[in-house]
Amino acid sequence: MADLSIDFAGIKSPNPFWLASAPPTNTGEQVMRAFDAGWGGAVWKTLGDPIMNVTSRFAAVDLGAHKVMGLNNIELISDRPLEVNLREIREVKKRYPKHVVIASLMTETKEDWRVLIQRCEDAGVDGLELNFGCPHGMCERGMGSSVGQEPKLLAEITSWAVQYAKTPVLIKLTPNTGDIVEAGLAAVAGGAHGISLINTIKSIIGIDLDRMVPVPRVGNASTNGGYCGPAVKPIALHMTAALAREPGIKVPISGIGGIGNWKDAAEFLALGATSVQVCTAVMHHGYRIVEDMIEGLSEFMDSKGITSVAELRGQAVQSYKEWGELDLGYKLIARIDPKSCIGCQLCVTACHDGAHQCIFTGDAPRERPPHAHAHGMAVPPSPFPIGAVAGDRVPWIDVPECVGCNLCQLVCPVPGCIEMVEVETGRHETWNDRVAEGRTKLPGGIHDPP
Amino acid sequence: MSDPLPPDRLETRFHDKGPLYSEAQARAEADRCLYCSDAPCVKACPTEINIPEFIRKIGSGNLRGSARTIFEQNLLGWSCARVCPVEVLCVGSCVYNGFDQEPIAIGRLQRYATERAGFDATRPVLARKAPTGRKVACVGAGPAGLAFAGYMALEGHEAVVYERAPLPGGLNTTGVAPYKIRADEALREVEAVLGLGAIEVKTGAGVGPDGVRGEDLLSQYDAVFIGVGLGPDTRLGVPGEAGPGVVGAITWIESLKLAPPSEVPARVLVIGGGNTALDVARECAGLGVKQVAMAYRRDESAMSGYAHELAGARKEGVVLLENATPVEFLRDGGGGLVAVKLARTGPDGRPLFDQYFEHACDLVVLAIGQSKLREIAAEFPGVEVDKRGCVVVDGETRRTGNAKVFAGGDCINGGKEVVNAVADGRDAARWLTAQWQKEGA
Repeated sequence: MADLSIDFAGIKSPNPFWLASAPPTNTGEQVMRAFDAGWGGAVWKTLGDPIMNVTSRFAAVDLGAHKVMGLNNIELISDRPLEVNLREIREVKKRYPKHVVIASLMTETKEDWRVLIQRCEDAGVDGLELNFGCPHGMCERGMGSSVGQEPKLLAEITSWAVQYAKTPVLIKLTPNTGDIVEAGLAAVAGGAHGISLINTIKSIIGIDLDRMVPVPRVGNASTNGGYCGPAVKPIALHMTAALAREPGIKVPISGIGGIGNWKDAAEFLALGATSVQVCTAVMHHGYRIVEDMIEGLSEFMDSKGITSVAELRGQAVQSYKEWGELDLGYKLIARIDPKSCIGCQLCVTACHDGAHQCIFTGDAPRERPPHAHAHGMAVPPSPFPIGAVAGDRVPWIDVPECVGCNLCQLVCPVPGCIEMVEVETGRHETWNDRVAEGRTKLPGGIHDPP
Repeated sequence: MSDPLPPDRLETRFHDKGPLYSEAQARAEADRCLYCSDAPCVKACPTEINIPEFIRKIGSGNLRGSARTIFEQNLLGWSCARVCPVEVLCVGSCVYNGFDQEPIAIGRLQRYATERAGFDATRPVLARKAPTGRKVACVGAGPAGLAFAGYMALEGHEAVVYERAPLPGGLNTTGVAPYKIRADEALREVEAVLGLGAIEVKTGAGVGPDGVRGEDLLSQYDAVFIGVGLGPDTRLGVPGEAGPGVVGAITWIESLKLAPPSEVPARVLVIGGGNTALDVARECAGLGVKQVAMAYRRDESAMSGYAHELAGARKEGVVLLENATPVEFLRDGGGGLVAVKLARTGPDGRPLFDQYFEHACDLVVLAIGQSKLREIAAEFPGVEVDKRGCVVVDGETRRTGNAKVFAGGDCINGGKEVVNAVADGRDAARWLTAQWQKEGA
């Protein structure tokens, strides 16, 4: 059995699965049920001076029958009195001493921060997470993402917190910024012990077309919200990796954004996260999803001979490179398996309308589009493939024209039917090599004769 | 249309085989569709409805667009959704069949789109073009004739439909198994087609020597479409056939669908191996007939009825007597039917020498085919009938030997599906319209 326990800037957690600061961590009763379900830690719903909320607060993007591919919220930080939250934190830590409770904090003045940090630490929290990410409501009052978007301010407030805190200080970053590395470096410059990212993305998730009002609707109006859920994972993965490979950032990272199962979590860990935080998936399906996350990650690590989360952490960071460092001579060609092809021909349409016009049907030679690189007709394979299921509907690849883009494989509904096969080209170089050798000029440029 | 149907007729005892989807069901099923390119389901549909497109529109909530996609190719898309043998057409060709998954329930999705969005008389999904001044006659208000009239009306022509029966709709009204469509529902679809405008239906107006004359139609109209279907049930011509307890399948189904309820017999023998025979057998089983048997003169593999229908009939308790053909109806002193004497037959369907058995029953339903209506063809000079009694038409245009006369449906194919009849009526209308446009240009 792989060891799932982690040490995050000195905070020990039985596993890397934490609940993100959000509605699932609003109360002690909830957090204790989450710990019973298996969550290793919880970042409490952001504390500060209590706020007022509006109705409604959430809206979602569905994809076909799949609900909540993306979620948008306009809820603010905790609306409950600080002392009520702290009493519950005390109770949770008493009953679950080995689980992690981190207080998410948001306030304004230096003195506010001092008092808030002290009261939280007195309640027994294991660490602090400064919410510099919330992109709705609170940012209008100079808090949340309005701090995260100003590196100097971010560094300064971080340094205040670090000065007052006895426990580790994590900075939660906003993705609503041009360069996440600049924000990450500012947090480190302020003395942060860890970084959490991403907070939600500033967004309008949709319009009620009958009323012509954005959603979630508050009467006859709405406001921009914070976007999260499965749809944001790619953005979060990139930002996690960008910090993980930055030499100036040596503090642990808590990855957040669209994590719903063990695979998502493993990806964040492989890109350098030490822990992961989950919100939307729990809002959708409940605390119970952690069972599969723990079991699945453990099974995966065992299958790969990885014995600890620390060993898994960052394994994919090295292979995240600049475009200019990629091998221009690496070549893939699509190959369709006639045995498993079902003849839906989605690859044909995708290739013709959305890629490079190199998948055809029928047993006759086909005319290539006028812009094709290869000359002459596209010739079907001989013997012509007759599928076990699809019969003569199995499409074929015009190999000289295939650029190996993957699109056909991405749209194919049959697992394993389209394989991308490596072809040795014998020439290997990167764009950066060409830059170094002064060979970046390609024919047909802006200044070449028409 | 006032309600001409007795509310307690036998067909109302049947439950809908595939009830209307809820929105959630329809969206979930639509979401499963792969939206194939050059989709096999479209090729398998005799009316070539763009199935992936109408399903995608259900998924996006564009129900009117979905119904429009269906009706553009098949004005009777609602009844076809319910009566088509989808197992051997669109659904049977769904790529999921080769992918170890349930094929898309295309019929039920088509019903959903057409029923939810296709019957709003205040906002029809298809609009009629400007009037052309052309006027056509249609003989028969069944699926072929209605499709012809409907597509002609959409093109701006006027259509007058002459129907021999008291009710329009043809076999959709009188002959479709009630767990697929009830008569009142069939009439609702007819009303929707008539709602396109410029279509007049004259019921009780048969064409023939005793009724409306062909020469009058030819002189009054720019073209005539014959969609008369088939004639009365064929008889066996064996001793004892005449008398109570022996009835033709079409007559029997019609009474089930239209007439006030009658007593349900205890034992029924259906003669025949086609889909009409299977329909009758399943309807009997559904009505609670205790013993339902079918006698077919060849073996099961030679039956023209669909295998999925036979499997369904067997589940409902129907017994198939293979290689058996009636040779005599046995009656008691009062003339009541008591049994049928059947001969065992060889692989060729002919009786074997001196091998008989008796099958006790209270009712025999003859489903061995329908006669052809040759006399209607005879009303129109130049219209030919082939050896089988089917009206001869050009396969593409559905034009007969008379340049003004077109034909479609069962009267040209000897008895196929509703969807084939619709394709005939539509294609004749399209060709004729294109022809007139060429002539006018």
